[in-house]
Amino acid sequence: MPEVNLSLPAVAVREIRLNTITGFEGTAEELVTQSRCGTIQERKRSFSQCLGCSTSNAACMVTLVQDGAVISHGPVGCSTCLHEFAFTYRVNAPLRGITKPTARHVYTTNLTEDETVFGGNEKLAATIRGVFERDHPNVIFIITTCASGIIGDDVEGVADAVEEEIGIPVVAIFCEGFRSKVWTTGFDAGYHGIARKIIKPPALDAEGNAIRRPVINVINFWGSDIFSAWFNRFGIEANYITPYSTVDSLAHASEAIASVQACSTLGSYMSSVLEQEYGVKAIRTSPPYGVPATDRWLRELGELLGKPEVAEQIIAEEREKYLSRIEELRAQLVGKTAYVTAGAGHGHSLLALLGELGLKAQGAAIFHHDPINDIEADESDALAHTVRDYGNVPNFNVCNKQEFELVNMLTRIRPDILLARHGGMTLWGAKLGIPSLLIGDEHYGMGYSGLVNYGERILETLENDEFVKNLERHAINPYTKWWLDQPTFTFLGAN
Amino acid sequence: MSSFIEQERYTCAIGALQSVVAIPRAVPILHSGPGCGTMVQGFFERSTGYAGGYTSPCTNFSETEVVFGGIERLRSIVENTYKILDTDLQVILTGCTSDIVGDDVGSVVGEFTALGKPLVYVETAGFKSNNFVAHANVVNAIIDQFVDKFVEDFLPRSDLGLVNLFASVPYQDPFWKGNLLEYRRLLEVLGFKVNILFGPLSGGVEEWKSIPAARFNVLVSPWYGLPIVEHLEEKYGQPFVQFPYTPIGANETTRFLLAVAAFAREQGVEVDEQHLKDFIIREEYAYYEEIDNLATFLLEFRYGLPSYVHILHDAGYVLGLSKFLLHEVGIVPKEQFIVDNTPEEFQESVAANLAATSDKRTIPVTFDPDAGAAQNAIRSIEHSGRGLIIGSGWDKELAKEKDCDFLSASAPSPYRLVLTTNYVGYSGGLRVIEDIYDVVLATYA
Repeated sequence: MPEVNLSLPAVAVREIRLNTITGFEGTAEELVTQSRCGTIQERKRSFSQCLGCSTSNAACMVTLVQDGAVISHGPVGCSTCLHEFAFTYRVNAPLRGITKPTARHVYTTNLTEDETVFGGNEKLAATIRGVFERDHPNVIFIITTCASGIIGDDVEGVADAVEEEIGIPVVAIFCEGFRSKVWTTGFDAGYHGIARKIIKPPALDAEGNAIRRPVINVINFWGSDIFSAWFNRFGIEANYITPYSTVDSLAHASEAIASVQACSTLGSYMSSVLEQEYGVKAIRTSPPYGVPATDRWLRELGELLGKPEVAEQIIAEEREKYLSRIEELRAQLVGKTAYVTAGAGHGHSLLALLGELGLKAQGAAIFHHDPINDIEADESDALAHTVRDYGNVPNFNVCNKQEFELVNMLTRIRPDILLARHGGMTLWGAKLGIPSLLIGDEHYGMGYSGLVNYGERILETLENDEFVKNLERHAINPYTKWWLDQPTFTFLGAN
Repeated sequence: MSSFIEQERYTCAIGALQSVVAIPRAVPILHSGPGCGTMVQGFFERSTGYAGGYTSPCTNFSETEVVFGGIERLRSIVENTYKILDTDLQVILTGCTSDIVGDDVGSVVGEFTALGKPLVYVETAGFKSNNFVAHANVVNAIIDQFVDKFVEDFLPRSDLGLVNLFASVPYQDPFWKGNLLEYRRLLEVLGFKVNILFGPLSGGVEEWKSIPAARFNVLVSPWYGLPIVEHLEEKYGQPFVQFPYTPIGANETTRFLLAVAAFAREQGVEVDEQHLKDFIIREEYAYYEEIDNLATFLLEFRYGLPSYVHILHDAGYVLGLSKFLLHEVGIVPKEQFIVDNTPEEFQESVAANLAATSDKRTIPVTFDPDAGAAQNAIRSIEHSGRGLIIGSGWDKELAKEKDCDFLSASAPSPYRLVLTTNYVGYSGGLRVIEDIYDVVLATYA
């Protein structure tokens, strides 16, 4: 298991920590096997399109902390997409019972040419003080950028110094875009900062053992609250991390009994921090998408909580309630073909959903691959589970949103449906006349009810294809005919 | 030292890649960190055009390029762009990473232009400027490195019936598509063919090539874009006329037409005066028929309508909307906030122009890109009557807090979809009225 080291200001990027890759061509099974035996190697592309970077993913994990403020230490452009998180915060607040969502506090130090010459430390310090005076948040997060990283500002030093002065945590998060091609490194960076400055050790009883509260941490985005219904059966509450958390709820994450995650790509670093530093058990098996994964997940939860019978009871009830409908959906969907494009953890889960519903996955473009994640090897490998539960997936491509490869592949295999997770990726399905579905709520597909949810949405998407068929006839295509005739991986270099 | 900004309402220099996206069949190539393109997309939303967004090639700087330079990577990306994407013009925009490590982008560009490729580059490091400023740099780079190559076919000022229009910054002005078309329609009344240069209904790179041939240039802006017309004046001897704000509604649109007509006459153009006069009479007649219909509602609606407005926008819109709302709608502009980082040397003229809006009232104005500070100022101001806030999506929450009506009309705009709507012109004024009273009436559930 990769060691968590909270004494270092910056988290090691995934390429180094986990040998993560962003280029692969083959089958899912080959990828799982190569990951196991350590023969996996990154392949570079000689053409590439805009990726996305760590700074926005770090922002994604800290902007939605209820009582925090965020400072992007960089030029004005490096935080311009953060208004989208303000929108999300406001719109999804009711899902978490927040009736009056407060404004998000998003700042930029607005680095200019002067600071690239003389350094931006002073400006950063002034900004932290200014933000504190203006908003009186309970925490200030600083997210770094390429410019602040290259000019070598002492962000950690400034944060610590001003923290002492103003008396609230000032968290330096190192997430410069150029450090990693795996933008999910930004999630890790956000968690790393939170773990270093906000999470407190659990209180101890008379014997010196950590006092555990009947709480399970849920590491996720801002999806609907599906977990409480399950946890309540075990007498447990959910503590959501980090969207809609507070400095206080984060501080006490160390006192939870366990941590679960909606997606292992997102959550495994935080889970292992909590386990290694504070003894909070991480649920190991992959998240509950599809019948076998749901059963495994509920059983592991039951075992961990010492109530296996409750898990069995939930499974029995869910089967009773949903299996017949799932069967009906399967009968309607069997033999349909699908293609998936998504991030690693959730993409593997989407493939499981498709397998469970009887669709045939013709391929996938998954944004990166972690040969091992931060928790543990086999048990938490969602792709390995998916292959074992539902069989191999051909045309399994690791591709960090390289649209040119996606378009080329879709043109070739023309699935009945494209399932995407991440904005911008459904466009090309639709332009090619392929019904395309993106479901933002990562909890929508969980459990038995999730299969019904997804099955119905897939049917609806297949049925209502008039829009994509019309768009196909009129779509503008900037790709050359030459390119669409080439093999998809023409620009993916040798190992 | 510039200070920090809360809730920025514009983006950095590389955001001017959207000015390339706005040219039909042009592609921006980013020589930058991996996140720049996504940040710009996230700011403007729904703005991918022909080859923007995830289609745009990017060198995605990593540690390797930061340490050893990114020239090799750039060469390979450009070379393969020609194989993969079918485009008429390619513009390399550099990010902070490239500019700090000092990549010699010009040398790579030279290799391709030597082969006749329409490739242009421009330095757009985010720390150097913002997208209002860099828009002009991008346009000037395309003129110098691409357009100028065809100057033999389009000799300076050889087409006396042609003018170039520079106005809205594409995407930064949410109404740019509609506005540019409206400007074109208006200037055609003076007998001109008009290069609008951006948008799907412009003429693409062929239109760009004809820039030198134009008789003169029309700039509609208080400050951004000025370096373009100054550059063209120096380069091709084209004079320019500047109309210093966004003309919205009948008064200002007529004023705009008359200003350009007067300038054209000075330039020796024979303006068809009767045609111009007829056009204005007809447009104003139709316009005031609407205002007539509306006046009863504005004066009599007993359940409450906004009586004053705070606007958070760029200088052109703050001026244009203030003049329009005061005189043509009866909504009084109170404290106004110009959040476009207007350079100091232009602030005085903008303020004077705003002061000239009315001879009986003062309209206080603040120049500060820190929109969070503007919001706090608005929080602390009390006026009697019902208020209206015109700003970006960020201001929706403020309006709710203040119990004001809210119209989203500036970037970023997550709560409003704008496609081809224009705010400029006679019809633009009417549309602003529709939009304001739509949101007002929607509060009566």
